[in-house]
Amino acid sequence: MASLDRTARAFLLSELVAGFALTLKYMFKPKVTVNYPYEKGPLSPRFRGEHALRRYPNGEERCIACKLCEAICPAQAITIEAEPRDDGSRRTTRYDIDMTKCIYCGFCQEACPVDAIVEGPNFEFSTETREELMYNKDKLLANGDRWETLIAANLHSEAAYR
Amino acid sequence: MYADLITFFTTNWLGMAIVILAQCLAVTVPLLVAVAYMTYVDRKVWASIQLRRGPNVVGPFGLLQPFADGLKLVLKETIVPSSANGILFVIAPMIAFMTALVAWAVVPFDNGWVIADINVGILYLFAISSLGVYGIIIAGWASNSKYAFLGALRSAAQMVSYEVSIGFVLITVLLCVGSLNLSQVVLAQSGWFWNWFWLPLLPMFVIFFISALAETNRTPFDLPMSEAELVAGFHTEYSAMTFGLFFLGEYANMILLSALGAVLFLGGWHSPIPYAPFTLVPGVVWFALKIAFLLFIFSWTKGTLPRYRYDQLMRLGWKVFLPVSLGWVVLTAAVLTFGGWLPKP
Repeated sequence: MASLDRTARAFLLSELVAGFALTLKYMFKPKVTVNYPYEKGPLSPRFRGEHALRRYPNGEERCIACKLCEAICPAQAITIEAEPRDDGSRRTTRYDIDMTKCIYCGFCQEACPVDAIVEGPNFEFSTETREELMYNKDKLLANGDRWETLIAANLHSEAAYR
Repeated sequence: MYADLITFFTTNWLGMAIVILAQCLAVTVPLLVAVAYMTYVDRKVWASIQLRRGPNVVGPFGLLQPFADGLKLVLKETIVPSSANGILFVIAPMIAFMTALVAWAVVPFDNGWVIADINVGILYLFAISSLGVYGIIIAGWASNSKYAFLGALRSAAQMVSYEVSIGFVLITVLLCVGSLNLSQVVLAQSGWFWNWFWLPLLPMFVIFFISALAETNRTPFDLPMSEAELVAGFHTEYSAMTFGLFFLGEYANMILLSALGAVLFLGGWHSPIPYAPFTLVPGVVWFALKIAFLLFIFSWTKGTLPRYRYDQLMRLGWKVFLPVSLGWVVLTAAVLTFGGWLPKP
């Protein structure tokens, strides 16, 4: 009897009909896709995106060339050269990040004692050439100026947990 | 003046050639547009089954997407592998594409709207669809690549197996109609939609549709293209427009088998209800709607079913469909003979 039942079901395609009914039902459900370039999903304040070098409110750059970020970087993407400035303070003369090497682990911003290097909320920085992804100090500082408001707000909201 | 034109187009060889060319264009151009939009509909249907949106950026609702894709294929470089047989490699996609187009010569779009109203229409279709396998076999052989070769072998074995059961389905319809002419097949199904052959021959309609899926290498029978095993099957080595021709041929074949399904089982150009507001709609519109319906089921299937294993596919073809369709041929013949319903010649 059981085999008859099974055979009848097989020939009447009952499983297929059930499956097709299910997909037909799904066809009329609302779409879950975020329509990306036109709408974007929420980002965590801890999001680790494009790097930026920050400045103090008076315009002085934060980085003191301690090279902790360079030392901790597991991908060795950061290259720093430094020498004392005319006023005696220690500053970088070169701060490069190879964005093609970076793995976005966030160790650099955790290592930084002065919150100078941070990973900002920007993730849309694709380029048409490889060379454009070799960031230098100017590019990183410009990023810092561009995203400062958001970065500062994110750092502030996360400060209690660090 | 008009009489002159009529004699020119009906008797002069040049006039007749012009008429035939115009007929071919009138079929081929809408067909290629339909193929282009079939890719779009496919992607939209799969997308909505998976709760996605599908192409929606190129043009309004993504309606220009097929042309963007086509343009990309045309502009890309055709790469012929150095170990491939150059001539066969280029000829294969042309064969696959041409056989898909040539078959349309006998499809009746409306009463009398058929390029070649020949009395062996079904045999012709069967012959042409068998020839289509050559394009695939040659492609797999000429590519000189193991994936392409294995994909071509699978594809050929699969198409040959399922052609057998499609043949029996066609024979059943022939028994009920008493003619091999596709226009006669449609004319035999006039009246209400339950007079169409899909209801009296329901099991055969189902077998026909499933075999059509296997014939066109669509899910759940898209083994020749199973990415995990064979990369892309017989068109692994193809790029740009040579690949494009395979793609067009595959979709043209799908539309062809849907048209065949509409002619054999869904009453061709007949309206479902044989009364005034419905019969006023041109038959070609009904025909197109029926094809669209079947094509939608094609996409729906691809969005629903997983891929069969190869031995399961062969088992289904030879051990289920062949005996069932053969049995149904015998049954239909017996019912027609002893019930006295044999069609009068």
